[in-house]
Amino acid sequence: MFGDYEAQRHWQEVTVNLPVKEWYMNSTNNDLLYWGLDYPPLTAYHSYLCGLVARKLNPSFVELHKSRGYESYEHKLFMRYTVFVVDLLIYIPAAYMFLCALSSIPPRRKYRKLEYLSLILYPGLYLIDYGHFQYNNASLGFFVGAVACLIKGRDCLGSVLFCLALNYKQMELYHALPIFFYLLGICFKQGSIMGFIFKITKIGISVLLTFGIIWSPFLSDTKVLLQVVHRLFPLDRGLFEDKVASFWCSISVLVKLKKLIDNNNMALICLLSTVVCMIPSSIHLFINPTPRHLRYALVNGSFVFFLMSYHVHEKSILLVAIPACLIFSEEPFMVTWFFIVSIVSMLPLLVKDGLTVPMGVEDQSDGCGAKFSVVVVSPKFTGKPLLQRHRLVNGVLQEELKTIHAFSMKTLTPEQWEEQQK
Amino acid sequence: MFWPVVLGISCVKLLLIPAYRSTDFEVHRNWLAITHSLPVDQWYFEKTSQWTLDYPPLFAWFEWLLAKVAWYFDPKMLDVRNLNYASDMTVLFQRLSVVVTDFVFAYGCKICCEQVGRSCGRREDVVYPLFLVLFGNAGLILVDHIHFQYNGFLYGIMFLSVARLLQRREIEAAFWFSVLLNLKHIYLYIAPAYFIYYLRSYCLSSTPEGHIRWQSFSLFRFVKLGVTVVTVFGLSFGPFIMKGQLNQVLFRLFPFKRGLSHAYWAPNFWALYNFADKVLEFVGGRMGWLTTSGRAAMTGGLVQEFDHAVLPSISPQITLIATLISIVPCLVNLWRTPHNPWQFVRALVLCGFGSYMFGWHVHEKAIFLVILPLGLLCMQRKVEAQVFVIMSIVGHFSLFPLFYTSHETPIKVFAFLLHAVYTTTVLYNHWMEGRISPLIPRIPLCSLAETVYLIGLIPVFLYEQLGHSMFGLEEKMPFLPLMLISVYCGLGVMYAWLKYYNFVLLNTRKGKKKNH
Repeated sequence: MFGDYEAQRHWQEVTVNLPVKEWYMNSTNNDLLYWGLDYPPLTAYHSYLCGLVARKLNPSFVELHKSRGYESYEHKLFMRYTVFVVDLLIYIPAAYMFLCALSSIPPRRKYRKLEYLSLILYPGLYLIDYGHFQYNNASLGFFVGAVACLIKGRDCLGSVLFCLALNYKQMELYHALPIFFYLLGICFKQGSIMGFIFKITKIGISVLLTFGIIWSPFLSDTKVLLQVVHRLFPLDRGLFEDKVASFWCSISVLVKLKKLIDNNNMALICLLSTVVCMIPSSIHLFINPTPRHLRYALVNGSFVFFLMSYHVHEKSILLVAIPACLIFSEEPFMVTWFFIVSIVSMLPLLVKDGLTVPMGVEDQSDGCGAKFSVVVVSPKFTGKPLLQRHRLVNGVLQEELKTIHAFSMKTLTPEQWEEQQK
Repeated sequence: MFWPVVLGISCVKLLLIPAYRSTDFEVHRNWLAITHSLPVDQWYFEKTSQWTLDYPPLFAWFEWLLAKVAWYFDPKMLDVRNLNYASDMTVLFQRLSVVVTDFVFAYGCKICCEQVGRSCGRREDVVYPLFLVLFGNAGLILVDHIHFQYNGFLYGIMFLSVARLLQRREIEAAFWFSVLLNLKHIYLYIAPAYFIYYLRSYCLSSTPEGHIRWQSFSLFRFVKLGVTVVTVFGLSFGPFIMKGQLNQVLFRLFPFKRGLSHAYWAPNFWALYNFADKVLEFVGGRMGWLTTSGRAAMTGGLVQEFDHAVLPSISPQITLIATLISIVPCLVNLWRTPHNPWQFVRALVLCGFGSYMFGWHVHEKAIFLVILPLGLLCMQRKVEAQVFVIMSIVGHFSLFPLFYTSHETPIKVFAFLLHAVYTTTVLYNHWMEGRISPLIPRIPLCSLAETVYLIGLIPVFLYEQLGHSMFGLEEKMPFLPLMLISVYCGLGVMYAWLKYYNFVLLNTRKGKKKNH
């Protein structure tokens, strides 16, 4: 079925063929219902670079409209190589940076190899990245690099790297609160008012500059800006999706939350509960901002977000697992146990990816109700190109599509259906 | 330490289940079908498929056993008429069978490594890294689990036999070697080493000065040996001899119709010979020495006859004589240095080398006959470690053309590099601790010239992958990259062979031994 692989390929197609301002806007050329861009601009720039290379290799990889659903032997190899390049350039150097940073602060152990190895070898990351297909290693790489800098005391560089991470995937917000409180605590520990102001200004300027540079193409028009923000934080999608190990999904077994409370109120409840659960570790970190507390707070923070927040994917467990790698030496048993649990929790997703293109309507969300793969047969499709057929179906299902996260379809005429049955 | 490593590497092998499979996959499926569904007297006559049974009977019985299990996975694969049948369960079963039989290889490596450790003195530093180098041999994993063969299983039995010899349990060693011969007859090439060793060091004894005591020929030992060997052969060939099919079996086992070289020339002496012939033909054509009637026919695609244009054509008899001549010196050396099982292993390596260099229709996979026993010796003398490093790198590189699909390129490159780096690191730590690094950095244990040669593999690889199509030569000279690889690796293999021969013949007793 078309999934994240097709989404990434589609984003390359969109970013290469359309001007920047149109990337997040709904238009005839850019149908946002079909895997529209919903990650921040850095992902879009990365897709643009990959798309340029793809076009060089074989223009049909990213031809506007015509390349939908394109999957070939060479294309798969190309896409997997792009993930590998990100690994080589961003993730592995970041993990190594972390190894060096951790080895140089007290308690000085010669080489923190366990953390490095667990970062590199954590199966969940490369299964999702190479198999299900995403670029988590980019944002997580920036994140690990940011933590490494913060541990070494390079606060500005650390903030810049974390901003890059945040601008790659908005899910890095999971890690934002601990880092914020850590930096705030560091600033307060400066000892003098001047030192405090100086540090806060330095960090503030670097963050604002980073955001400014990345968002610059979108800042000229408020409509464009709001559209981008709307794409990044879709509230229509529902409390949770599939079977994810969050608090709300687990409680829903007993109390049907989706039926009792509507989406907006539920979002508010999630926000409040997340904030409440974050308070203890944030205050602790603020009072005593040491590298060790930072790493533990990151794990705590991401756990709270995973369990309590709105619309959590199973893949978000990666955002908890990577900080867990950073405290491997201190808590080897718990971290190992957690690794195994996290991989098992992603099992349904991974099993699903082994499926071939299904026939007929299949509710692959097993009841949580958000992913569909559909075969539509109708005589109205005769003589119409692929894009028009998709638009017909989309037009009919407009209301329903608002709540569906993943929707892929094959549109056939009755004659084509007969041929396929043979 | 042993079992986690074995299980870990087996898990990595499981990842290769969906990878590219060569025709050898269909070959083995066909043999499963033949042995399962046909009566024994038809096994060597069956030819519905072009991949007829051409291994000795014990291997056929091995396939028969596997077929019993295969039935539970997918009975349809056991139908002889189901040519090229490759359902998911079939693939799963075949791949799993290789992974499971590799445990024999693991056991063989383990006991051999322990023997190496015993002779070296520093056990832990030697045994575990060497075990990883041998069991995690990248080339073997690629060939067995992608291309699809049962080499691991067979080399496991070979290691078992060698280990028993090292432990001075000669009868068991003879038993395992007979089993091995009856599983795959390519091991006939190393039989001379066994023969000479047993004759000189087992059946005869020596005076304290090292001369032969001819009167001490032990008939009892000879008979014990003979009975073991004959029993194994009897159990294996017996059913076929009784039905009078021996001729047919031998005919299947030794098909000499195939050409001098495989479609991709294994990097041996004949590859260099073919190349020289081509060069002379080209030069001769330009200079007008030759008439067009002397053109050589290329082996395109599958095996065909190959006639040389300028140099004399080679027949199977010539290759046999050449092979025998090449191994005589090492056998004489083995005769002269008796009662030393490590000398036997050296002779094994040289017999493998000789057969690789001069054999008829040699596959590039036969390089393992050289690399694996050499792995046992690489901890003994520094020169052996040097030759092992060269052979490891060149030998595994020469296997690359077997996996030509683009999805397998990152796998083969990564596995090769990982193994090469690990091997050189292990051997560097063992042999060169505390040395000052030379001025120009080089590959550990290699001289400058050797390092330059090995680095030269990178441009060859890049040319084959990218350069050839970039220069647009794909239609004019489609075999150029393969020929380039054959010839380049052939030079390296030849060099390693001569270097090692020189060492064994002249320096064994004076060689640089590891001081403890």
